Parts: sequence; structure tokens; C-alpha cells
Amino acid sequence: MPLVVEKIEDGTVIDHIPAGLGLKVLEILRIDRSYGARVALMMNVPSKKIGKKDIVKVEGKMLDDKSVNKIALIAPNATLNIIKNSEVVEKKVVQLPTELRGAFKCPNPECITNMEPIETLFRMEKPAERKLRCGFCEMTFEASELLA
Amino acid sequence: MEFVKDLISIRDLEKKHIDLILKKSSEMERALKGNKKLNSLGGKVVATLFFEPSTRTRLSFQTAAMRLGAKVLSFENVGASSIVKGETFSDTIRMVDGYSDLLVVRHAKEGSARYAAQLAEHPVINGGDGGNQHPTQTLLDLYTIKRAKKKIDGLNVTLLGDLKHARTMRSLLYGLSMYGANITLVAPKGLEMNKEVIKEVQGRFNAKVEEKSTMHLADADVLYLCRIQKERFSDQYEAEKVQKEFRITEDAIKGVKDSLIILHPLPKIDEVAPEVDRSKYAYYYEQAKMGIPVRMAIMNTMVV
Repeated sequence: MPLVVEKIEDGTVIDHIPAGLGLKVLEILRIDRSYGARVALMMNVPSKKIGKKDIVKVEGKMLDDKSVNKIALIAPNATLNIIKNSEVVEKKVVQLPTELRGAFKCPNPECITNMEPIETLFRMEKPAERKLRCGFCEMTFEASELLA
Repeated sequence: MEFVKDLISIRDLEKKHIDLILKKSSEMERALKGNKKLNSLGGKVVATLFFEPSTRTRLSFQTAAMRLGAKVLSFENVGASSIVKGETFSDTIRMVDGYSDLLVVRHAKEGSARYAAQLAEHPVINGGDGGNQHPTQTLLDLYTIKRAKKKIDGLNVTLLGDLKHARTMRSLLYGLSMYGANITLVAPKGLEMNKEVIKEVQGRFNAKVEEKSTMHLADADVLYLCRIQKERFSDQYEAEKVQKEFRITEDAIKGVKDSLIILHPLPKIDEVAPEVDRSKYAYYYEQAKMGIPVRMAIMNTMVV
């Protein structure tokens, strides 16, 4: 029997998240129990494209570029549906960013960005492996290390 | 030909940039030998900001600047500067940028020189940023090798020591790879070169890099050493053992090529036996001298 989830009126639906990473997406969006509006997380939904997927629906939230870039790192094929008055007004596929500014703290404790208030910068080094290099200390990190 | 505005990392340089510095270094060395008075930085002020201790790098930058006619601004002791009052790194850089035409920065934090370059209007040279980069050391190492061997490509170069923590080794691997040297990395277990760095040079320059855990120096044209830092070991007995195993003694260099040169960024503690210092292979004192013409060439290129 299909799972029916109420439509949202204004907000964002993030589809095609690899199965199991929906919770991580909520974490990126900083959505927790204190978030007052409606939120739906569907896990392990059958998908023709990726086998199994997670879907996140968030009422009252429009994603900024930083959040979209972060989501792209863990869900490079995710689609964003922008909902207004219960209608999809815009549909976009996230894109793996070539550069991320101010999105993450550098995991290297010796990096200058952890000593002074500097906007961090990471550049995509190997898109296939989702490895990024810090624009300051030059160390490379896996996307999962930045999201930890 | 244009050089980079700031010299922060060897990774920012192309071969043409390094070629330019090697060529100019040779000109500077000739001028120094001929006692030629140079004044290309006359009227300029070079600031050397060493937030970390240094002897060779700081003194050679200062000497190089003076040899080009510049005046030098410096604090040698962080304890005697406003940093002890809690002044931030960024404020110090902004302030000194207002006083000088070129800044040389050494700081323990990785990426500090890159940050300084973002803050300063004048050119910034990285004099060493934590365990990350030391580009002027690499340029003087490449110059020393080319000067001694007349080429870099095809040379068998062995890098030996703590390859994990030494910033000079990381930068040098990059520079040597760019020039097509055959590189052998010899490090004690646990102190090997970061695999990402090896993969990067193999990917970018098709570099020939081989890793070994014991010394085989028979084919080496250049042996480049760095200190194995005892403080990196939790077990001091193990540290002593490793240091002994990788120490360069008369025995260790038996059967090496007659033309072998041994380089070391200095300071060295006890990784080289005193009898090796007196051998024809010891080239590190000559290498240290090259700091002057190479840093003169760099500053001369960067300050307009």
C-alpha cells in the first residue's frame, strides 16, 4: 500500500536522496525538534532511478546556496522542488559545487581558519570521490569528514 | 614574464615560474661573487614577520633584502611585540602591510601565509606555515640540485626521514616531480609521506615515485635528509632505534655513487655522523648559502 504524505503549502521537497541520508539532510538544514512547522522524512522509498531513496519535505523553508551545496555533497543527484501555494513552482537538480565558501569548519585543528574568524574555502579536488581541498591549509578531505 | 603576486605554495607555481627563479638566482649568485653592488630594492622596505623561531630562513631573507638595497623591518621575538598583548594575526599583518613593500611571514598555523596574502595589499612570501609549505626552501633546493648536477630531470633523488611532518619534503616532492626526477621515498614506519600527496604528483606530473622502508643509496644522485623528530614518538626507545637505523654514517654511504650529494634543510641534530660532514658528499652547507641568491631572485621578481 502506498504511503500517503500530506502536501505542503509553501516550502521545499528534496527528492532522490540516497537511502539512509535523509536524516543527514535534516541535520544540514538544522531541522530538529524545535522546528515548529511540518516536516516529513520518508526513508527507503522505492525509486526507479536509484533503487531506494529518502525524501524530505519541509514546510516554510527555502534553501540558501550554502545548504544546497552541502546537500549536493551527500546527495549529488537530489532534486529540489520549490512549493508555493501547494504547487511546484520550480524544480532543480543540485549540482556538485566547485567551490564552497563558509559552509564548513576545516577539520584540521592546525588550520589558520580555526584560529581567526575567516570565511573557510574548500575547492572540489576530485568530484568523483567527493574530495575537497582547504583553500588555506591545503589539506584534502572527504565530504563525509566535512559534514561530520 | 609574470611571476605570482604572492609566493605562498609551490602548488601555485608553474614550471615557467620556477625556471625564471632558477635563472635569476644564477644571475644573483654571479653578482654576489663579483661583489657587484645591487640596488633594485633601493628605497623599499621588506618586513620579516617570524611568529615562530627561525635562524636560516629569517637571516637569509634579511641578508637578501639588504643585498638588494632594501631596508628591513623585523620582530625577532614575538614576546617583545604587541602579540603578547593579544593582538590578532590579522591586525599585525594589516599594520605591517602599511609600513612595508613586501612581507615575509612564518607562522605555526597552516594557511597563515595565504590568509596574510588576502589581507595585505603588498606581496607576501610564505616563510613556512606549520606543516604545510615552505616554497622558498624548495626553490633553493631545486637551484642547489640544478647547480650541482646541471639538470633535475632523470636524476635519482632519495628523500629520507620524517616525510609525514616535514613541510620541506612535501614541497620538494612536488617540485622534483614537476621536473621529472626519479624519486625514492624512505621513511620509518608511521612517518611515511601522505599518500594523497604522492597520488597528486603522480596524477599531475606522471611522477616516478617509489616508496621504501630501508635505505638503498647505491643509485642515488641526490640524498635529501630531514630530521626524525623524537617528539613524534610515544616510545622513546623506539625513537632511538629508528634514529639509529636511519642515521647517515660512513657505513651507510659505502658504495654510493662518487658524485652523490647529500642535502639537508638544516638544522640537523644527530641524523648525520660528523665524519659525513667532512666527506665530499656533504653539500648542505653549500645549500644553505644558496638561500641568499635564491631569495634575492624571488624578492627582486616580486617587488615592482
